[in-house]
Amino acid sequence: MRLFGHRVPLTALIGLAIIAINVVAAVGAPLIAPYDQAAVLGDAWADPTPQYVLGLDDLGRDLFSRLIYGARMSIGLAFVVTCLSFAIGIVTGFAGAVLRGWVDMLLSRIVDLLLSMPTLIFAFIVLSVLGTALPVLIVTIAILDSTKVFRLARALAMNIAALEYVEVARVRGEGLWWVIRREIFPNAVAPLVAEFGLRFSFAFLFIAALSFLGLGVQPPAADWGSMVRDYRDMINLDAMAPLYPAGAIAILTIGVNFVVDWMLAVHSRGHGEGA
Amino acid sequence: MLRLIAQRLGLGLLTLLAASVLIFAGTEILPGDLASAVLQNTATPESLAEMRKELGLDRPAAVRYVEWLGNAAVGDFGRSLASHRDVVEEIAPRLRNTLFLASYAALVAVPLAVALGLMAAIWQGGVYDRAVNFVTLLTISVPEYLVGYILIKYLSVHLGWFPSLANVTPDTPLVQRIGLTFLPMLTLVLVVVAHMMRMTRASVLQIMASPYIEMAFLKGLPKWRVVVRHAFPNALAPIINVIALDLAYLIVGVVIVEAVFVYPGLGQLMVDAVSKHDVPVVQACGLIFAGAFILLNLIADMAAILSNPRLRHPR
Amino acid sequence: MSERRAGEDILRVEGLRVEVRTDRGPGPVLVDDVSFSLRRGEVIGLIGESGAGKSTIGLTALGYTRNGCFITGGRIDFEGRDIRQMSAAERRALRGPGVAYIAQSAAASFNPAMTLFEQICEIPVLHGVMAAAEAKTEAIRLFRELDLPEPEKFGNRYPHQVSGGQLQRAMAAMAMAARPDILVFDEPTTALDVTTQVEVLAAFRTLIREHRTAAIYITHDLAVVAQIADHIMVLRFGKMVEYGPAAQILAAPREDYTRRLVADRVAGHDFRALRTVGEPPLLRVSNVVASYRSLLRVIDDVSVEVSRGDTVAVVGESGSGKSTLARVIIGLLPRESGDIRFRGESLPPQLARRSKDQLRRIQMIYQMPDVALNPNQTLLEIIGRPVQFYFGRPRAEVRARVLELLRMMDLPEAFIARKPAELSGGQKQRVGIARALAAEPDLIICDEVTSALDQLVGEEILRLLKRLQDELGIAYLFITHDLGTVRRIANKVAVMLKGRLVAGGDTATVFAPPYHPYTELLLSSVPEMRRDWLDEVLARRGETLKAVRDAQIRLAS
Repeated sequence: MRLFGHRVPLTALIGLAIIAINVVAAVGAPLIAPYDQAAVLGDAWADPTPQYVLGLDDLGRDLFSRLIYGARMSIGLAFVVTCLSFAIGIVTGFAGAVLRGWVDMLLSRIVDLLLSMPTLIFAFIVLSVLGTALPVLIVTIAILDSTKVFRLARALAMNIAALEYVEVARVRGEGLWWVIRREIFPNAVAPLVAEFGLRFSFAFLFIAALSFLGLGVQPPAADWGSMVRDYRDMINLDAMAPLYPAGAIAILTIGVNFVVDWMLAVHSRGHGEGA
Repeated sequence: MLRLIAQRLGLGLLTLLAASVLIFAGTEILPGDLASAVLQNTATPESLAEMRKELGLDRPAAVRYVEWLGNAAVGDFGRSLASHRDVVEEIAPRLRNTLFLASYAALVAVPLAVALGLMAAIWQGGVYDRAVNFVTLLTISVPEYLVGYILIKYLSVHLGWFPSLANVTPDTPLVQRIGLTFLPMLTLVLVVVAHMMRMTRASVLQIMASPYIEMAFLKGLPKWRVVVRHAFPNALAPIINVIALDLAYLIVGVVIVEAVFVYPGLGQLMVDAVSKHDVPVVQACGLIFAGAFILLNLIADMAAILSNPRLRHPR
Repeated sequence: MSERRAGEDILRVEGLRVEVRTDRGPGPVLVDDVSFSLRRGEVIGLIGESGAGKSTIGLTALGYTRNGCFITGGRIDFEGRDIRQMSAAERRALRGPGVAYIAQSAAASFNPAMTLFEQICEIPVLHGVMAAAEAKTEAIRLFRELDLPEPEKFGNRYPHQVSGGQLQRAMAAMAMAARPDILVFDEPTTALDVTTQVEVLAAFRTLIREHRTAAIYITHDLAVVAQIADHIMVLRFGKMVEYGPAAQILAAPREDYTRRLVADRVAGHDFRALRTVGEPPLLRVSNVVASYRSLLRVIDDVSVEVSRGDTVAVVGESGSGKSTLARVIIGLLPRESGDIRFRGESLPPQLARRSKDQLRRIQMIYQMPDVALNPNQTLLEIIGRPVQFYFGRPRAEVRARVLELLRMMDLPEAFIARKPAELSGGQKQRVGIARALAAEPDLIICDEVTSALDQLVGEEILRLLKRLQDELGIAYLFITHDLGTVRRIANKVAVMLKGRLVAGGDTATVFAPPYHPYTELLLSSVPEMRRDWLDEVLARRGETLKAVRDAQIRLAS
């Protein structure tokens, strides 16, 4: 199969399929899920039946339906965080690379500072004071994550700006905005798209981890991470319950990584020596 | 070169200082201050003011920061707001446990990852390489808790080989400790080995593709000589670099793995403290984690400098 | 290896074929049906443009192919034994004491983490040819033979502590370490400056002659191979074009392709323009000084004049400041003092201060067409943008103008929708020229425009530039290190050395005696086809170098 003129390997196809299924589940949760996520339908931990394919959970709610609604929360949150982090990272990164001087210095030092600690630890510190309301969670993770986008966007813009075709445009007398929009940005898109995938899977795993630790999404709302936390004691009774949401997290991440891997390979082939 | 090393050390200290500012600022200056954090919903304006005074929050933040840092430097992190115990006392046994688990995992993971990575590089493109590449791409994406719970379900609940809870106490003997923490260790290893191994493979392959390696083969040198004498010394720096950075990642992994196995470590303590808004404990834990992170990054940096012949033998 | 009677074939290659094989099946054929033989003490020159398969052939003599390439046909007999039939261990024993390799880039081919002694002595020691102490004595002897400084201590250095020319010679010492029967030289002087090349070339030739070593000398430069080879094989697209004694190939080539290579190198076309007199100069650079970060002075008191219809060449070796001069004229690096007048008015030093019209009238063509064209734009966008930007033409007119320019460049009109990646190197350079012309400039600065191209392709670009000059009356400022080209294309020349102008004026005057010593050094260093050229140069070398040193001292004071 080919896509945008590139051969798509099997792993990337699987990845694309996984992403598509997850997105459909997230968007159409109320239509697809057989039951409401909050509806109590029977005894706690009832075994799977054809009616309740994965059984019921600790409060007697349908596990499968909750899994589908969980997709909505997990994917939606991660998507919003990634978009925000990209908006911040690209604007600041390009600004640093193009404006240079004190703007670049200041931005780079701030980013160095934010990266002087593991992201999780930093998040802990902020959450310990501000609490775990969703907006706090989103903004905190987005800002922490935007440091990585900043570095990539800045490096890309710097590398491209040093190329002669950009020099040609500058010597022609083109304005700064035109140079960024027409000469630099189009050549930075491919690596940035791949980075979006990477950042998404990072934000997704990060939010899930926080939720699993009880510091992310708070009840009654639930994402996959908090579901793992809610069901974790059942593992000692040999139940599958915590493995479903945890598996869902893993599968989506694998899918995204498959696609990112392929995009990076295509990108490096397009610019390499063709070896 | 000595100057460069001194520079890096200085930079490391400076980073630590910056991190401490950040930790302090994060917990003290953010809108919801310590007093409201302690009192939560029960706060009335009067009780808040009183609590602020009690905690010394009425003084300027800069003064309090210097005081906090000065105390921290001599090992005084204050008292926990939740348990009212000395923070250092609270932390010490936890830190010991976490260090034990992390070194246990590192001791197993590093040799394993380097060996697997070297093998993949030597048989590049072969069946082993492809299989390993695929498997690691999968495991890189798998969160710690999934690995942990799968291990518990099968190795502990089904087979009963290992305990599912790593409930060690300060007087658990070492041998028993190794057994109790086997599953948490294995989880960490599985998570970290994939990345470490892929990076090892990549650095070795990058070196092996350089013209001077081709030249070594064209000189008729035996393969062992090319690998040991020509490739390895040059690959060492990137490998150490990768290992140090991956161990820094282990810090985050430890926090989650401790939660999975209910292991009394620093990560668990910090998570509890965060949910209880126990600021002094959060600060202390944060500083320790940040310190470890900065130290490992410093080691990665140093390795690169020490192994660069241009810096070791200037013109 | 065993001593044999001179005159016997030491290497015989018959019907050699090398192919690329990938996971998805066979790839292109790199070498197709190539045969030659080599006697002890004899040198064969393999010559051709990029993609001719020269290096691939050279490496097969060591029983080596690069990743993905396979020898699929023919024989390679070394002392009567087919290398293809050898075991891995036998092949390893061959490399070093039998056949040794000298690569183009010594800087990349030496291990950065080992001293030169370690890297040189390990060959004879590991092959059991010599003991460690003996190997070291031998290395010192080779260093002395190759004119390297402080031979006893030279080997204690690390590769990065040694200059490019010295490192290239050190690689020859490494190749000779186990006294091989055959040396394979793979473009060993291509990366060097022209004045350095002479010494290195001479050192190689002495080495081969003294040790009666057979050699395969690979290069794209016929004049270089003329100095050193007994036989020459001309290759193209992996096939033999012509093979014969060097004298015959150089003096009486039989094949058309060889004739073109020889002809362009020897005579070429005279592209020199006739200077128009009476008019004031178009561009007058006077006493310009410029430096990077106001620390390192790269241009010092340089003056150049260009008139309408002129072709002015700025020549010098790497680091002479010639490319910086181009950046100063164009405004990318603001000058610190001095004046640049264009059409009578002074150009502001900074790019941002220049008017659109001033920018339009000076255009530039770059050395690497690959990075000078935006890979994401079509030729319509690349060439059309200046038309739209400077003249504000409507879309249909822009398109018509681009088509017209493509026709002028001898490029098919269908290319208008293509992107640079779909074009060859020469075609990309034509697009660069079309883009410059689209602005309808008075002056085009050409920065090493042919040096990234193959000889014949570069020749066509020069011809195209000349035709455009005749038709449009554009002036050119040529930045180049290739003096052979300068002599043919430029009516005026400026010679630069370490940021200063050492000679300038009409080419005929500057390039005729009495020379400035540095001009003489440069001119005498350009390889010529005559087979006794190298001997003549070496005979006068000492004097020339001394004169340059004296002149430099005078410049500095």
